[in-house]
Parts: sequence; structure tokens; C-alpha cells
Amino acid sequence: MTGLPGVPPTSGQGEPVVVVGGGQGGFQLAVSLREAGHEGPITIVGDEPRLPYQRPPLSKEYLSGAVTADGVTLRTEQFFASRDITLALGAPVVEIDRVRREVVLGSGERLGYAHLVLATGARPRPLHVPGSDLAGVVSLRSLADAEALRVSLDGVARVVVIGGGFVGMEVAAAATRHGHAVTVVEGLDRPMARVVTPEVSDHVSGAHRASGTTILLNSAVRALRGSGGRVTAVELDTGELLPADLVVTGIGVLPNVELAEAAGLRTGNGVVVDERLVTSDPRISALGDCANYPSVHASGRRIRLESVQNAVDQARFVASRLAGDGQGRYSAVPWFWTHQHGSKVQMAGIPVLDGSHVVHGDVSAGRFSVFRFDRSGCLVTVESVNRAPDHMAARRLLAGDRRPTETDLVAAGYDLKALVA
Amino acid sequence: MPTITYIQPDGAARTVDAEHGSTVMLTATTNDVDGIVAECGGNAMCATCHVYVEPEHLERLPAMEEDEDEMLGSTASPRKDNSRLSCQLEVTEELAGLVVRLPETQL
Repeated sequence: MTGLPGVPPTSGQGEPVVVVGGGQGGFQLAVSLREAGHEGPITIVGDEPRLPYQRPPLSKEYLSGAVTADGVTLRTEQFFASRDITLALGAPVVEIDRVRREVVLGSGERLGYAHLVLATGARPRPLHVPGSDLAGVVSLRSLADAEALRVSLDGVARVVVIGGGFVGMEVAAAATRHGHAVTVVEGLDRPMARVVTPEVSDHVSGAHRASGTTILLNSAVRALRGSGGRVTAVELDTGELLPADLVVTGIGVLPNVELAEAAGLRTGNGVVVDERLVTSDPRISALGDCANYPSVHASGRRIRLESVQNAVDQARFVASRLAGDGQGRYSAVPWFWTHQHGSKVQMAGIPVLDGSHVVHGDVSAGRFSVFRFDRSGCLVTVESVNRAPDHMAARRLLAGDRRPTETDLVAAGYDLKALVA
Repeated sequence: MPTITYIQPDGAARTVDAEHGSTVMLTATTNDVDGIVAECGGNAMCATCHVYVEPEHLERLPAMEEDEDEMLGSTASPRKDNSRLSCQLEVTEELAGLVVRLPETQL
């Protein structure tokens, strides 16, 4: 087992590892673990009946028709077979039996594990207003959702998107480009407010409005109205009615913690893990959208991130730890991107809400970066709009031991590359 | 249908059919060609689909955009004059017969 006190047991080279979740994180864990030399059985158990696929394109290239379902599928069946990774797809796990170290599938089948990895992801936060169960009200998380949405978008005219977060705004962009009349209803005073600065929100909003999308801010939905079981309008709390043939909700996600909770693991806005991504049971790790972890990029504050980068980097970290190659803390720099109406917004670092920020570049030309500093004046986040050089330099800077201050950046003329060197 | 040939660091070569509108990256992953990771899914965000294009084919490629150029500064294997991100190379008739070499590592 293990030598050092407090260090969770690794899987052991010949022992079985089970991954719950067939998304990007579960996929990466299995692949990286095998690449790291793990010889024992590796099984990915996923509740969706299809091969692991990428989610980011679902609200972008897939919706616009630029890629197909095959194009978002991560790897072929043969790929998994050749690496001796077992796929148990369409097989929801109904219980984790920590005493016997087994997961129980819906079929009653039990899979034993030496180490279990929870990569259970998240699901769309349901909209709790009257009428939200009407036909024509959809959300977007899975490939099946995206397929349904793509079909729904054919033959409708008026689309209302509830929620101006990343998914909502990306769907709005795709629907507008399809030629639909699109209205976004956002509860806060600007889109994507929880993540990006006002300058970036303004830039993106401008691009949407220029393309004909209506964005309603500070607006709450009171009910969805329908006729014959199908949605016909969105009713705002002001009483205003927005006619709608299709309503897409994008009001965030809820981490899938129920299995962990039922197994008695510590949860709270996700499955709670330590800085090595180990849960309260040393034989169980959690990663990706469902994992709540203390981040070195947020001064040790607990966070939960919903991104490919987070899923992939955490999966690599856990695989490496299980293979016995690493015992440090998880410290990858978070990054994220969104494409909307030809603008590429890239983010590095964890946003702080109580710090200061400085804009550098040409805002009116849509080519600028926003540098966010924490209260001690250290750089914590860089948001780049069509400024890839700043983004890449920021990822390297934030990975370093010493983060630059605003004074450092001014002295360098905001040439981030000079600071990396 | 255009074909693309992928040459592994050990010299093993494989030629596969490529569909128009796909990319050199996607053609590799959908055909089980090893050596491409592509963790960001083709958005020029991760530099793990790095390839070396055989020099005589370079001229036929689409011009490099700024984000690809920047990302190539972060490849795990050394960037060379013939380095490209395969996700940014859309399959067209002009690319027929393209030959690319995979780097030693993408990570």
C-alpha cells in the first residue's frame, strides 16, 4: 500500500481502477493512467450510451454545423480496445460500496476497485418557473441535447435564451447566425458577469447586438407560457411577454454529487477533495466539473471549475499520482476560452471579484487585454480579446512562483512576454 | 478523397483518407493515428496537435493566424520552421497527399 502517513494509497500497478464518468475528465484519466504504465484493469463507467466526446464544441461548432457528432467524439472504440481500457457505457452507477470497494451498476453488476475516480461532471441547473416543462424548452449539456437543439433550431423563428453565461451567449450567437430572432434574458447587469470584467462583457455584448441579438439585462423570468403543451412566450417579472418558438435555458450547472453524498463522502458545491484531489476516502479521487478543490491560484480558496482544461489537467494529475509518479499538489493554471461572433475571448487564472483591473490595448478595435489584480496588487487573471500573445504569456506568468504586480506590468509597458523571459 | 500521411517519430507511416471540411488533427484522431492529443478540441488553445509538415508541402498550407503562431511557442517538442498545429489545417483538395511528421511528445 503506502509508505508515507497521510499519503493516499496509489492504485498499485496491477490493481483495478474504476472511473465514474465518461466525459473528458474520465477519458483523460483512463488514457493517462495507461500511458503512465498502470497495468491493472481500467474501466470507464458512463451513463451516456456513447463514446466519450468533447463538450465545448456543442455550443459552438456543432451547433453551427461546422462539425458533426463524429467530429466531437474523442477517440474510436478501437482506440480504447488497443489500450485495454474497458468502456461500460449507458451504465449508470447507482451506488458506491466503500466497504467492499465496489461500484454497483443499474444492472446490479458490481465492479471492484482498488482506486475509484469520480468524474461525474455536472448537469444543467433546472429553471424553476411555471411552464418550464413545456415542449420547446431545452437546455444544453450533452451531445443528445445538442442534437435535439440543432433539430429544434430548424423551422423556428424566435428563440429566447434564458441566462447570459458562456453557454447561453454561445447558443445565442449560433442561433442568430442561423437567421433566428434571438433574445437573451440575463438577470444581472451584464452577460458573463460572474467571470469576466465589464469591459469584456461590453465588447461581447456589442458584437451580439451588432449581429441583431437582443440582450435584456436585469431581467427575471416569471413564467413560460404555452399553448397545446408547447412554449409560446417567456413572461418577465415586469409582465412583459417575449414571444418564443424555442426557449434555451443556460442558467448554470449543478455538480453531480449524489453518488458521493450517498456514499458518505464529504460534499459541498461539489465533491470535496484536498490539494491532491483526494476525497474524504483516500481510495477515492474526484476531478473535473464535480470536484471542489483548494486552488493555489485563488490563494488556497476552494473552487470548482467547469472547463476542459480543468478536467484534463486534473485527470493527468490524478493519473500521475495513482501511477506513483507524483505526490505534490495540483497547481495547473486555469484557462478558458469562448468564441462569439468572430471574437476570441481567452482567460487565464481565477477571477477575483474584489480586486482592481487595468485595460491595455485597443478596446474600440476589439483587441485588448484586461489584467486583474488581487487586493495585494498581484496579477491573478488576464482576459484577452483577440490578443493571443497576451493569453499565452499570461499562462506562463501565472504558472511561475512569483506573480507580477501592477507596478511590474507598468514598468514592462504591459509587454507580458518580456516578463516571462 | 484527399489522403494524408502521418509519420511517427520511429518512422512508421500511415496514409488515411481525409474528408473535406475535416482537419489534419481530426483526421488523425478519427483514424486512430497515434501522437495527436488535441485536448482543446481544435481551438488553438493547447498546442497538443503539433506536427512537422514535410517542407515541400509547406507552400500549400493555409497561412498561419496569430493564435496558432503564439500557441506554437508552447509546444512540448521543439518548434521548427515547418511546425503547425494540425487543428488549424482544414482538409481541402490543395492538401491532398500531405505528409506530416509527429513530434516525439505533445505534452
